[in-house]
This record gives sequence, structure tokens and C-alpha cells, in this order.
Amino acid sequence: MIEIVALSLKVSLSAVLFATLLALPIGAAVAVARFPGRHALVVLLNALMGLPPVVVGLVVYLLLSRAGPLGQYGLLFTPPAMVIAQTLLILPIISALARQAVEDAWIEYQDQLRSLGVSGIPAALTLLWDIRYSLLTAILAGLGRASAEVGAVMIVGGNIDGVTRVMTTTIALETSKGDLPLALSLGIVLILLVLLLNAAAFIVKEAAQRRYG
Amino acid sequence: MSALLPLRLSEVTVAAGDRTILDRVSAKIEAGPRTMILGANGAGKSVLMRVCHGLLAPTSGKVEWHAAEVSGAPRRQAMVFQRPVMLRRSALANVAYALKAAHVAGRERARRAAEALEHVGLADLAEHPARMLSGGEQQRLALARAWALRPDVLFLDEPTANLDPSATKEVEAIIIAIHAAGAKIVMSTHNLGQARRLGDEVLFLHQGRLVERAPVATFFKLPASAEAGAFIKGELPWA
Repeated sequence: MIEIVALSLKVSLSAVLFATLLALPIGAAVAVARFPGRHALVVLLNALMGLPPVVVGLVVYLLLSRAGPLGQYGLLFTPPAMVIAQTLLILPIISALARQAVEDAWIEYQDQLRSLGVSGIPAALTLLWDIRYSLLTAILAGLGRASAEVGAVMIVGGNIDGVTRVMTTTIALETSKGDLPLALSLGIVLILLVLLLNAAAFIVKEAAQRRYG
Repeated sequence: MSALLPLRLSEVTVAAGDRTILDRVSAKIEAGPRTMILGANGAGKSVLMRVCHGLLAPTSGKVEWHAAEVSGAPRRQAMVFQRPVMLRRSALANVAYALKAAHVAGRERARRAAEALEHVGLADLAEHPARMLSGGEQQRLALARAWALRPDVLFLDEPTANLDPSATKEVEAIIIAIHAAGAKIVMSTHNLGQARRLGDEVLFLHQGRLVERAPVATFFKLPASAEAGAFIKGELPWA
């Protein structure tokens, strides 16, 4: 049981880390840069927030399966495959929310920054750093999605006991087997963990708000 | 380094949709005197300043500095806005940030930032988070940030519009000091008393047009245009 909880956390937190590293630059770039097709990209990012986990799982499955383009690495049915799938799943969520946050800040800051001769990448970095505590909300949304989904990890992980079994896939399995008490207790653990992480983030954000305004 | 001024505006027009915000404004802004851009709300003062400072491209017409700005080089002009925008870091770090953007090296940066805070009376609040300062303090910090850059020209867009009388007085004293230190002052205001106290010359805007330009004393005593006369009467009904 501990093993299952630990793997769940490891997979979802890794996915959040990788997705955040990719999503913040994407969000900031789309917010600050002006290029043809930008509006379409904004709509696309927002739409992809609702990406069905099973579809992401299927696509990653096809990519990683023996005959797929990345099949040679033998990642299918391993935790890294689950991290990849969840990263892709939450990348649009964090990107889209970060884009909105950075764009709101840009509206407020742009005259001042341009007056100081700051534009482009330095401006985007300044904005990201200045709203870092607001970005926590975007990252938490990604974490919520990653820790709650079952479709993607089920397909690319395979729910193999002791290897790729995580909380959500266990809950699904135990429910179908009829072990409802186990399924329910795992569900409670999952909710408590997510609650705990959110509470911690909230405290950090509040403290920062009081400190920096 | 060749002089940044004079600044020549030729037939500068700014239109938003079918609304003309600036209507063929031509002027030559010289180094030296404190220039007040005066006019009612919506006369185009802020837009004119933003065009001069390069934050807004005119729809037509030309804005030419004597020494053209080189993109990527530190800017030789600064601007203070009606509502100061501070980064979520200390007061000192906000000034240092501007200096870093102007390619000022590390040790010199710290020295100049501290000195600028000293000038505006914020030395004691240097480590205070900038956004937690009062409105008046934030505007003084904005002035310190601009001053530290040692600009040739400082634009001020209604810098005291949101401030109480005592904060306004402090800000005005700082503006005079920055001018004394060698910066050209171009400031917009709708406050006649302030234009009188701070200005050497007045550019009077009315509905996007530059209606009148005169030394302060002449402007208030003998406004040449009917619009300026009405504005002065309207603002000072007891005079």
C-alpha cells in the first residue's frame, strides 16, 4: 500500500515538475510575444486543458509500443511512460493558466518595463518571477489533474502489481473486484494527500502575499 | 555622446478607430526649461507623452530625437507614470532592477540605487517590499528609480494625480531637484497651481490639438487662445 502511494506521488510530482518547466516558458511566450496565429494557439491551449486522459494514454501508448517511433527505448508499462503521459496531459493546463496570469501582469507592467528598455525574454522572465506565487495555482491545477486521472496511467502503465500500480488504478481494480473497503480507503488517502499539498501551497502563497503585496 | 534633445514632433496624429486622440501636433522640445503639458482630461496629454517616450507609435507624423535611440542600448530617457508599477521585491531592488536594465555594473548599481533612495528620503525603507509602501512612497520610489538612471529627459505623467497634498509637495520638490541635477522635465498635469509652481513653459492641449505654447507667466496672465482662457477660468473659478 505504501509502495502504491509512493509511486503515485513520484509519478505525478515528476510529471508536474517536467510540465511546469515546459509550460512556464510556453505560457510566458504566448502571453508576451505577438505573432500570427497567436489567438489560435491561445484557443488551442485552452481547449487542450480538457484533453481526455485516455486519449493521451492511447497516443503515448502508440508512440512507446514496440512498433511505435519510440518503441526502441522499451518504456511502455514502466513508470517513466506514466510520467510522460501525465506530463503531456497537464502541459496544456499549466501553460494555459500561466499564459493568462502572465498576460494579466503584462498589461499592468508593460509600459513600465518598456520604459526601462526591458522587452522579450528578459521581460517574460521578470513577469514570471514577479507572479511566481500566483503561478502556484496553475501548477496545483496540473497536480490535481495528474494525481486524479486514471485513464492515461492505466493504458501506458498497465497497472502491473509492484511496478506500475498507482492509487487510481488500484481503486479502479479493487472496485471492479468488489473490495470496496480497500478502494474507498485508498480514495480517502488520495484526497487527503491532494488536500495536504494544496494547503501547503496556500500557506506559502498567503505568506508571500503578506510579505510582497 | 551627442545630445538627445531637441525632440521634434511633426504632425503627430494618433487615432483609435474613428476617434482622433492627437491631431497633427508639431512641436520642438528643447533642453532646459521645465515643460508642462496642460489640458483637461481627455485632451491627449498622456498619449502625447507616451508617443514622445516611444511607448506608442503615432498613426501618422514623426517623432525625432536629435540623437536617435539605438535599440538595445540603455535608454537616455525615463518616465514616471500616474500609477507607479513596482515589482514584488524590495524598494532598493526595484531601483537596482532599472539600473541593471540600463547595463549599469554591479557595484556601481548598488551605490547608485542607495543614493537615489537617499535623494527621495526612502533610505530607511530600502529593504521594505515596494508594493507595501504607501501611494506617496511608491511614487517617490518611482522617481528614485527614474533619477538613478540619470536620464537626459524625464517624462512625468500626472505624477501627483493620486496623491494627497503633503505627498504632492514631496514629489514636486523631488522633480525640482531632478531638474536641478540636469534632466529635462516634461510633465503633464491638469492642475494649474502645479503647472505654475513647477513649469517654465506650457504646452496647452485641447481635444488633441496643441492650441497654445507660452512661458508660464504669459500663459496664465494673457492666454492667447479662447480655449486656454476658458480652461484657466474653469479651473480657477474664483480668479
